[in-house]
Amino acid sequence: MKMFRIKGGIHPDERKDLAAGKAIETVPLPSLLRIPLQQHIGAPAVTVVEKGDEVKKGQLLASARGPVSAAIHAPTSGRISAIGRFVAPHPSGLPGQTITMRPDGKDEWGELPAPIDDPFSVGPDIIAERVAASGIVGMGGATFPSAVKLGLRNRNKLETLVINAAECEPYLTCDDRMMRERSEAVIDGIRILRHALGVERAIIAIEGNKPEALAALKAVCSANQFKDVLIARVPTRYPMGSEKHLVQTLTGKETPARALTADIGVVVHNVATCYAIREAVRFGRPLISRVVTVSGGAMARTGNFEVPIGTPISHLIDHCGGFNKEPDRLLLGGPMMGQPISSTRTSVVKGSNGVLALGPDETPARQTMPCIRCASCVSACPCGLTPFEMAGHIRKEELDAAVKIGLLDCIACGSCAWVCPASIPLVQYFNYAKGKLTAQQRAKHKQEETKRLTQFREERMERQKKAKQEAMARMKAEREAKKKADAEKKRAKQETIGA
Amino acid sequence: MNALVGGPHAHSGNSISRTMVLVLVALMPATLFGFYEFGWPAVFLFLVTVAAAIAAESFSLALAGKPQKPFLLDGSAVVTGWIIAMTLPPWAPWWIGVVGSFIAIVLAKHAFGGLGQNVFNPAMIARTVLLISFPIEMTQFLTPQPMFTGSSPGFLEGLEITFAGHTAFDAVSSASLLGAIKTQLGLGVPVNEVVGGSLSLTAMALGIVPGSMGETSAVAILLGGILLLATRTITWHAPVAMIVTMAVLAGLFQAIDPGRYPGPAIHLVSGTFLFAAFFIATDYVTAPATGMGKLIFGAGVAALTFIIRTWASYPEGIGFAILLMNAAVPLIDHYVRPRIYGRTRSGEPIRYEET
Repeated sequence: MKMFRIKGGIHPDERKDLAAGKAIETVPLPSLLRIPLQQHIGAPAVTVVEKGDEVKKGQLLASARGPVSAAIHAPTSGRISAIGRFVAPHPSGLPGQTITMRPDGKDEWGELPAPIDDPFSVGPDIIAERVAASGIVGMGGATFPSAVKLGLRNRNKLETLVINAAECEPYLTCDDRMMRERSEAVIDGIRILRHALGVERAIIAIEGNKPEALAALKAVCSANQFKDVLIARVPTRYPMGSEKHLVQTLTGKETPARALTADIGVVVHNVATCYAIREAVRFGRPLISRVVTVSGGAMARTGNFEVPIGTPISHLIDHCGGFNKEPDRLLLGGPMMGQPISSTRTSVVKGSNGVLALGPDETPARQTMPCIRCASCVSACPCGLTPFEMAGHIRKEELDAAVKIGLLDCIACGSCAWVCPASIPLVQYFNYAKGKLTAQQRAKHKQEETKRLTQFREERMERQKKAKQEAMARMKAEREAKKKADAEKKRAKQETIGA
Repeated sequence: MNALVGGPHAHSGNSISRTMVLVLVALMPATLFGFYEFGWPAVFLFLVTVAAAIAAESFSLALAGKPQKPFLLDGSAVVTGWIIAMTLPPWAPWWIGVVGSFIAIVLAKHAFGGLGQNVFNPAMIARTVLLISFPIEMTQFLTPQPMFTGSSPGFLEGLEITFAGHTAFDAVSSASLLGAIKTQLGLGVPVNEVVGGSLSLTAMALGIVPGSMGETSAVAILLGGILLLATRTITWHAPVAMIVTMAVLAGLFQAIDPGRYPGPAIHLVSGTFLFAAFFIATDYVTAPATGMGKLIFGAGVAALTFIIRTWASYPEGIGFAILLMNAAVPLIDHYVRPRIYGRTRSGEPIRYEET
C-alpha cells in the first residue's frame, strides 16, 4: 500500500519489549470496585441504581446524559456500597462522582440484550443503538463515545474506515497483544464496524514494530478471503497514532483545521474499540473490562491484563508484585501523553491503556535551560508549529500572539518537549495557556452576559420612565383641555346671560 | 515521587552541553591542523582565548546573578572562545584573544540577556570589532611553519611570540589570498596571475596557505561539517545555500570578466567562507528557525560576502555579512514559518471537497 509522508515526528525509545511478550492475563476481582461516572468526553453519566442495590454483571449502573455521553455498566455482580465523590483518575486529584461496588464473588451475568447473530443483515442504526447502549467509548485514550462516531454516517459521505492500531506510545502493548491473541474477533469487529458505517473498505494501520500482530491479522484475512479489510504497515514514528496524521499517512489527505477526519470521508476507530463493539453486537456484552499494559522499569512484574473497569490501580499493582524500586513517576497511559496518577486508589477506566511505573533512569531529572533557538522543536512538530516561539509568547503572557501562531492547533503530543535540548517543559506551557484561554473566554462570556442584562435593565427603566412621563404629560394635557373647556363653557354661559 | 510533573515523561536525552561537545569534536580536525601548521604560538593563543571566554562567562554570570555551574557546564562559552581562536591570525598577541573573548561574551552575549538571547553571533562580533580596532594585528598572516620543522618556533619561543609580542623569528608575514588579490587588482594585475604557487587552489584546499588559525584547510573544515550533519547537530540548509549562492555569483561574474573577478573555487576555499558555512551560519541562536529561513539566511550571507569582498574595502567580508544577516533573522522568522497542519500558508483552514 502506498504511504504518504507526514512532517515531523520523533522516535522515542520504544521499550515495548518489557510487556510485548506477555499474554493477556485475567486479574482477580478486587474487594471493591470504584466506577467513576465520568469515563468519557462529554457529560457524566447519571446513576440509575441506589446504594444497597444488588446488581448483576453487565447491568446498567448509569445512563448517558446528553449527546456526547456514555452509559456505564456493572463489571461484575455485587452490591452498590456507596455513591458519592471520590478522587478521580485525573492528575488534578480532584474528586468526581463515583459508584463504589462490592463484588459478591459470583460474577453472575444479568440479563443482556439479545445477541445479534448476523450483524451484517441488520441495519446500521441497530448496531449504533447497541454500541450506545453498551457504553463503548474510544479506547485509545480519547474516550469519545463510539456511537456518536457511528452517527457521522448521517452527516458526511464516508469512504474509508481506518482502524488505529498504530499504538505509537512507548511501553504500551495492550493493542498489540489483543491483535495477536484475538485476531479473529478483532477482524470480525472491524467488519461489523465497516458494515455499520456503510463504507467500502477498512484499513488497519499498524506500526512496523508489531510484526506478530500484523501476521496474525493477515492470516485471518487471507484464510477467510476478506477483501474488505486491508492491513497497512505504517512507519514506526511517534505520533503516528494521531488520528489526522494517520489518515494522512494512509490516504494522503490532510484534514482541514477545525474539522473532523469525517469531513474528508474517513472515520477512525481504535482497534480495542472494534473488539468491544463486536462483544456488544454479537453477545450483548457491554464494555465492562479492558486490556491494560502494566509496565515500566519500577514494576516488579510487567504484563498485559484484562481488567474490570473500576479496579483500583493499587490492586493491579499489587497483583503484579508491587514495585521493585521506588518509582520516579507513576502514569496512567504512555510516557508521551499519559497523566501522572494522583493516587493509586483511583481506578482503571475505559480509556486506561497503561499503568506505568517509571524508574529514575527512565525519566532522568533534567535541568531546564534557556532556549537556544535550535529549532529541534520546529522540526519535530507534526503540526507545523514553532513551539519555542509559542512558549516565548506564553512566558510573556502574550496569549493572543501564541494563538496567532497556532497554539490552538497544537495536539499536545509532546514531540517538541521530547527533543528539546534545553529541557523546556513546552507542553506544560501550552496546557497552561490553553487552560487560561478557556478561563478567559468563560469570564468574557460571563461579563458579556452581565453587560447584556444590565443594558436590558437600563433600557427597561428608560422605557418605564418615558412611559411615566408620557402618561403625566397626557394627564396634564387632559387637565388643561378640561380647564379650557370649562372656561369656554363658562364664557358661553355668561354670553348667553349677557344676551 | 512527584505527581505534579507534566508530560511528556520521556526525553531524547539531548542537551545543550551534548550539542556543544559535538561542535567541539567537529572543530577538532581544523584545530589540530591549525596547531600543526602554525606551531606553539597558535596553541598558546588558543588556550588564552578559550580561558578568557570562560572567565568572561563566569564574570558575566556573576554580574547577572545567575548560577555559575549550569551555565559554565553548558559549553557555550568554550565554543565561542574556541571559534574566536579559529578566526584569529595564529601568531596574534595574547591580548587580542582576551579582548576578543570579552567582547564576544560580555557585550555580544550577556548584554543581550545571556545564552540564547543574543541577536548577533558573538564570535563574529568579536572578530569584526578586532578587525576594525586592531587592523595591523588582525591581518598579520603568515606562511605556515609546520610544527617540529626547523622554521617553527619552539615551546619557549612560542610563549615569547604570544605573550611578549616577539616577532623576530623567521615568520614570513604575508597577506591572505583575498587581500593579495585585492592589492594586486589595484595594481592592475589580473586574478589568474595572483593565484598559483603558494596560493594555488590545491594549497588552499589542503590549508597550507596564510590565514587564520582554523580556517585555512577546506578539507579539515569539511570533515567537521560532515560530522555535524551526520549527527544532525546542524541541517544542510545554511551551508548548502551559502556554497551554492557563492558559486553561482562568483561564476557569473567570472564569466563576465575573468581578469577582474576570481572564480567560484577561490571564493569558496579562501578566507573564513567554508568555516562560516558550517560553524557560524549554523549557530542556532543567531540563525532562522525554519529550513526555508536558513536557506534565505545562507544565500544572504553568501551574496553579502561576495559584494563586500568584491567591491568594498575589506577583503574579509564574511564577518560583516553574517552580522547583517543576523540582524535580518527576526524578520525572516516572522515571515517564513512552517505551514500549520490543516491550514494554508496564510493561516486559513484548507479547503476540502464537500463530502
